[in-house]
Amino acid sequence: MTMAQWTHKHLLDLDDVSRDEIELIIETARSFKEVSSREVKKVPALRGKTVVLLFFEPSTRTRVSFELAAKRLSADTLSIAANVSSVTKGETVLDTALNIEAMNVDAMVVRHQASGVPQILAKGTKTVIINAGDGCRAHPTQALLDVFTMVDKIGPLDGKKVTIIGDILHSRVARSNIGALITMGAHVTVCGPGTLIPLGMEQYGVEVTTSIDRALDGADVVMALRMQKERQQELYLPSMTEYIKEFCITSERLKKAKPHALVMHPGPMNRGVEIAANVADGAQSVILEQVTNGIAVRMAVLYLLLSRKTE
Amino acid sequence: MTLLIKHAKIVNGSNAGGELSGLKDILIENGKITRISQGLANDDAQVIDAAGKTVMPGFIDLHVHLREPGREDKETIESGSRAAVKGGFTSIFAMPNTKPTIDTAQVVQFVFDQAKKVGLTNVYPVGAITKNREGGQLTEMMELKRAGCLAVTDDGNTLMNAGLMRRAMDYARMAGLLVMQHCQDPNLTASGVMNEGAVSTKLGLKGDPTVAETVIVARDIELAHYLKTPVHFMHMSAARSVDLIRHAKKQGIPVTAEVMPHHFALTEDAVRGFDTSTKMSPPLRTAADVAAIKAGLKDGTIDCIATDHAPHTHEDKEVDFDAAPPGLIGLETAFGLVMKELVAPGVLTLVQAVDKMSAAPARIVGLSQKGVIAEGRDADIVIVDLEKEWVVRREDFVSKSKNSPFVGWTLKGHVVKTICGGKVVYAA
Repeated sequence: MTMAQWTHKHLLDLDDVSRDEIELIIETARSFKEVSSREVKKVPALRGKTVVLLFFEPSTRTRVSFELAAKRLSADTLSIAANVSSVTKGETVLDTALNIEAMNVDAMVVRHQASGVPQILAKGTKTVIINAGDGCRAHPTQALLDVFTMVDKIGPLDGKKVTIIGDILHSRVARSNIGALITMGAHVTVCGPGTLIPLGMEQYGVEVTTSIDRALDGADVVMALRMQKERQQELYLPSMTEYIKEFCITSERLKKAKPHALVMHPGPMNRGVEIAANVADGAQSVILEQVTNGIAVRMAVLYLLLSRKTE
Repeated sequence: MTLLIKHAKIVNGSNAGGELSGLKDILIENGKITRISQGLANDDAQVIDAAGKTVMPGFIDLHVHLREPGREDKETIESGSRAAVKGGFTSIFAMPNTKPTIDTAQVVQFVFDQAKKVGLTNVYPVGAITKNREGGQLTEMMELKRAGCLAVTDDGNTLMNAGLMRRAMDYARMAGLLVMQHCQDPNLTASGVMNEGAVSTKLGLKGDPTVAETVIVARDIELAHYLKTPVHFMHMSAARSVDLIRHAKKQGIPVTAEVMPHHFALTEDAVRGFDTSTKMSPPLRTAADVAAIKAGLKDGTIDCIATDHAPHTHEDKEVDFDAAPPGLIGLETAFGLVMKELVAPGVLTLVQAVDKMSAAPARIVGLSQKGVIAEGRDADIVIVDLEKEWVVRREDFVSKSKNSPFVGWTLKGHVVKTICGGKVVYAA
């Protein structure tokens, strides 16, 4: 597949993104990864384009990653955090987006705590919308950078066992990864406490288990998700101590996975909660490479969406 | 004022003769139906020719939010009444979740007074079960009854305290008021915004499980059985609720139930586009639930169809799905949806549809003069064109709010004229 065949206007989720298209993103990201290792980390690909980062929910990592990605493509960027914008004055999300659109921007990178907001903006505006995470629904660029990292390390994912462990219920990372990984031919297993696995998960072609041993058994990739302390107050968990006892990825547990299984985490990490510190920092960990690859993948996404020829 | 409806093909509910043979004339004097016969003439009467149309008892909606007093930006008794008569409704029951709450005789009187001033449709304010619908102290139900209430509910809130529900039923029975329950255990609903299941999992929206509804239905069936006192279940949405009610009715337990057109016309799949007009409480369910609701309507488990007409302003709904208030408007589309989803596919006969929309709701709340076209009864009548197709358009709604997921739908079956208390209150 070539760039000219790219047809998507937005990146709202990965539901209708094909394997060919994911591979195109990976190829494009690979060439951009090199840019970030140069002394002058900049190419003029998106010169004159304006990318607005519209973050209704606090985020450091994803926002910085998108901002650097846009800057390394020579786009102008502007970052808007919800707590300093007019949102607190009662303006609706769509009004905020329409106002920004009226200033002739080319793309909006949107994060919102409510699922579906990128869809609402894609429907209500004419600007290119890139989802940087909506509610518990989707975080497509995270899944793409995860897939990129996996493919980079272990090659094609056909038949590979990828295990995702933790709070699946509240995780947009898990949801987007499941879709992308299945598209790429992987076998996906999700694992977590019974209270934190959403109903009907099996229908999406994943294996669901509450047994961490079973989940780790023979895994090629082990991905831990952030476990927030609030889940205890919200009565999903009796205690963090019990969660750690049952689900923390320790070096001992990791032995059940394949010998060189990759260890991943979308961040931010709670060391000693969902993942033991020595595993996070261990030889199998690619957690920091995920962060590095994030910029290349976001450059690829911005480039493909903003250079698309429209009639 | 005298009206004479000529050449009327009359369709009553099944307890009142169903579809009457031949074409009849209906003479209406002083708000009452005085003669039904052939070849009637009256020199003083305004004549309505109903040839080619169908004449049915005016629809009765046990579940409407009129928003006045308190949120007149969403709807008023005037605009809600206009929406009602456009939809063929000659009696509507106004839910008490207004500001102030309909929990005293004064507020009941206010609603009656406003409705009378508007003078389009019969508006029956439904009192709250507990003061301010807070689930604490019971309202003064004897006073509410004297002020004209026929039923009580804390709609929007479920009476969670089973002991208090028992007291409410015992007290309401004395007052001659029907207790109507909103069935959603908030501990199970949690902050769910759509049906819990594979679709909510996919969309990353918090799920509201059917069991939140069914645990309350099951509990209240037991109370109704124990106290031998009626309970009316509002807006049933789950297959399992239909099963529970069917079983209860077989045992002679005095429960009744209503469903809303959106719960048989749509499934949770409608939420996929994040259109906030598809957010309501209880939420849209699965195809299996829709099938069970239809089966329940067909076999009589579900007594009647109401709308849960819940107007919200564009501003209130033009937010993300989580933040949007639940509810959709329903008065103007109800009949068309009943025809399209129930009568056309043969789930209900036209006579059964009249049962569900007129006769049964009248019986449930004890409106003995309404819900039937018969001599001596109230002249609340709707004339419909069963063949006319029409497209639901946002700009055609007369409700103040436009929050409908049915915009763009083509419906067959159109209200031509609505007569309330012997007065033509709507003409298409």
